[in-house]
Amino acid sequence: MVKNVQAGVGQFVPAVRRHGAPIRITVDGEALDARAGDSILAAVLLRRRALRRHEFGGELRAGFCLMGACQDCWVWLDRERRVRACTTTVTEGMRIDLDAPDEEPASFD
Amino acid sequence: MTRVAIVGAGPAGIRAAAALVEAGIRPVLLDEAARPGGQGYRTPSPGLDLDMAALMGSEAAHHARLHGLFAAIHDRVDYRPETLVWAVDGRTLHVATQGRAGMVAFDALLLATGATDRVVPCPGWTKPGVFTLGGAQAILKDQGCFIGRRVAFVGSSPLLLLAALQYQSLGAHVAAVVDTTPFGAKLAALPDLAASPRTLRRGIAYRTKLRAAGIPVHDGAAPVAIEGRDGVEGVRLRHGAREWTIACDAVALGHGLKPETQLADLAGAQFAYDPVFRQWLPETDADGRAGPSLYLAGDGAAIGGAYAAEASGTLAAAALLADHGRPQPKATLRRLRQEVARLRRFQRGLARAFAWPAGQAAALPDDATLCRCEGITAGEVRRAMAQPLGPREVNRVKAITRVGMGRCQGRICGPALADIVAAAAGLDHAAVGRLRGQAPVKPIPLVLGAEPAG
Ligand SMILES: Cc1cc2nc3c(=O)[nH]c(=O)nc-3n(C[C@H](O)[C@H](O)[C@H](O)COP(=O)(O)OP(=O)(O)OC[C@H]3O[C@@H](n4cnc5c(N)ncnc54)[C@H](O)[C@@H]3O)c2cc1C
Ligand code: FES
Repeated sequence: MVKNVQAGVGQFVPAVRRHGAPIRITVDGEALDARAGDSILAAVLLRRRALRRHEFGGELRAGFCLMGACQDCWVWLDRERRVRACTTTVTEGMRIDLDAPDEEPASFD
Repeated sequence: MTRVAIVGAGPAGIRAAAALVEAGIRPVLLDEAARPGGQGYRTPSPGLDLDMAALMGSEAAHHARLHGLFAAIHDRVDYRPETLVWAVDGRTLHVATQGRAGMVAFDALLLATGATDRVVPCPGWTKPGVFTLGGAQAILKDQGCFIGRRVAFVGSSPLLLLAALQYQSLGAHVAAVVDTTPFGAKLAALPDLAASPRTLRRGIAYRTKLRAAGIPVHDGAAPVAIEGRDGVEGVRLRHGAREWTIACDAVALGHGLKPETQLADLAGAQFAYDPVFRQWLPETDADGRAGPSLYLAGDGAAIGGAYAAEASGTLAAAALLADHGRPQPKATLRRLRQEVARLRRFQRGLARAFAWPAGQAAALPDDATLCRCEGITAGEVRRAMAQPLGPREVNRVKAITRVGMGRCQGRICGPALADIVAAAAGLDHAAVGRLRGQAPVKPIPLVLGAEPAG
C-alpha cells in the first residue's frame, strides 16, 4: 500500500471548488472520500503523494501523462479488470486495488 | 450510403463530422474520452467551479464555438464516447467500450487522433510529481487540480508559457519556467513564425505577463536531474558552467507534441521523415488523403494546433465527400488548403523556436530510466548495442531490450530512444527508423467473459 509521504498531503492541489456529491471508494481496503466527477487518479492524488508502486522495482509512481497515453496509472477495479486511473471516473462503492488479485485473470492486452 | 467512421472527437474530428452531417451523412464518431473536445479544447468534468472562459483566455470564443457546433450536430452523429479503437483490419475497426469488445465496419475512415506530449527524460523523471506539460494542463481543465503546490515548467514548447500563466492566474505558485532552447534559436525562427502574427504576438504577451508576475523564465538551461527522496523536492539545472537547484514539489515536463499515428500505420499510411520536427510523419496530400478511403486530419497528421486541426478536419471531410461522388466547391477547397498550409508553416517555425534537444536525449546518463513501463535504463540500450552484431535500428533495439514494448507502446520513450540509438550507432537520426505501430494500439482492459458489444 502506498502511504502518504506526509500524512494527509496530496500531490495534487484543488485549483477550484468541486460541487459533486460525496462518493466513498476504497483503495487497498482503506476508505477514501472522493466527489462525483473525480477521476480515480485525482481522488487518490488529492490525498496522497503517490498512486502505486511500479511492478518492476517497486518505486513509487503517480502516473505521468494524465491523458491516457503512458499507461503508468493502471489499477485494479473491483478485482475484475484493470483501468487507467487518469481516465476512469469514480463511482460509489468502487473498489480499487493497486496489486493484482491472487488469481490474475487474463484480462489485459 | 457511405459508412464513414471518424476516430477522435477533438477540433479536427468535430469539424469533419459537421461537414459530413451537412452533406447528409451520419458518421460514427468514436473517442476513448468520456466527453467531446479532444485535448486542448476538452470539456471539464461536471461539478467544477472552473471558469473555462477565463482559463481559455483568447481562445474562449473558439472553444465555445466548437462545443456549440458539437451540440448542434450531436443528434445527427453516431457519437460513441469511452470507445477505444485498438486496431484497424481492412474495413473494420476493433473497439472496446467499457470493457466490452466490438467492431465497426466502414467504407471510409477519417483519423483525427490528435497528439501526445514528447518528452526528453532526465534522471529522476519517474518520481511521483513529475508529469507531462500537456498533462499539467489536462488535469487543470479536466479535474480542476494543479499538479503540485510549487510547480516548475521545464522543456521546450510554446505551451510552457501558456500553462505557467494558466497556473499562475488560478493561484498556483509557479517556481520557474525553464525553456531549454536558447533565445537566439527563437529569433532565427521568426520568418516562419511571421506566418501567424496573431499567435506570435500572443506568445510574446505571455512572456511579458510572466515576467510582470515575478516568475523567473530561464532560456537555454537544461535539467540535470529531478531531485527528491519519495517525491519531487527540486529540479537541478545547468546553464553553461553554472548549476543550481530550484525548489519545487512538481515538474511539468514537455518538449512539444508528436502525432498519434499508430492507427494510421495499421490502416496502411506511408511515413516520411521530417527533419524539422525530427519525427516520422504520415504522408498525405494537401487535403489529408493518406490511402484508399483513408483520411488524416488535425494534430494526428501533423502538429498544427487547434485552428489547423479544425481547418484540416473540414478539408479532409471535403476530400472524402469529393472521392465519394460529391464534388466540392473549388474555392472552398482552395481556401481551406491555404489556411492549413499557413498554420502548419507557423508550426514549423515553432518547431524551430522550441527545438527538440536531441543532444540532451542522446546524453541521458547510463543509469537513468529510459523506458518507464519496464524500468529499462539508457545504459542497457547502449550495452545491448555494443554487443557484437548489436542492433542499430529502433525496432531491433526494441526486440532485444524491450524498450518501447511496454504498455505505452513506445509513446513516451520512443523519441528519446531514437536519439540514443542514433548517437550510439553514429548514425543520422533518420537512419535508425521508427517504431512501427502494433495492435492493440493501447492495452484493452476487457472484462473476462463479457459479451461483445454490438
Ligand atoms: C495533453 C495535451 C494538452 C494540450 N493542451 C492544449 C492547450 O491547453 N491549448 C492548446 O492550444 N493546445 C493544447 N494541446 C494541443 C492540441 O493537440 C491541439 O490544441 C488540438 O487539441 C488538436 O486537435 P485534434 O482534433 O487534432 O486532436 P485532439 O484534440 O487531441 O483530439 C483527438 C481525440 O482522439 C481521441 N483518440 C485518439 N486515439 C484514439 C483511439 N485509438 N481510440 C479512440 N479515440 C482516440 C482522443 O481521445 C482525443 O479526444 C494539447 C495537447 C495535448 C496532447
Ligand atoms: S497517467 Fe498516463 S495513462 Fe494515466
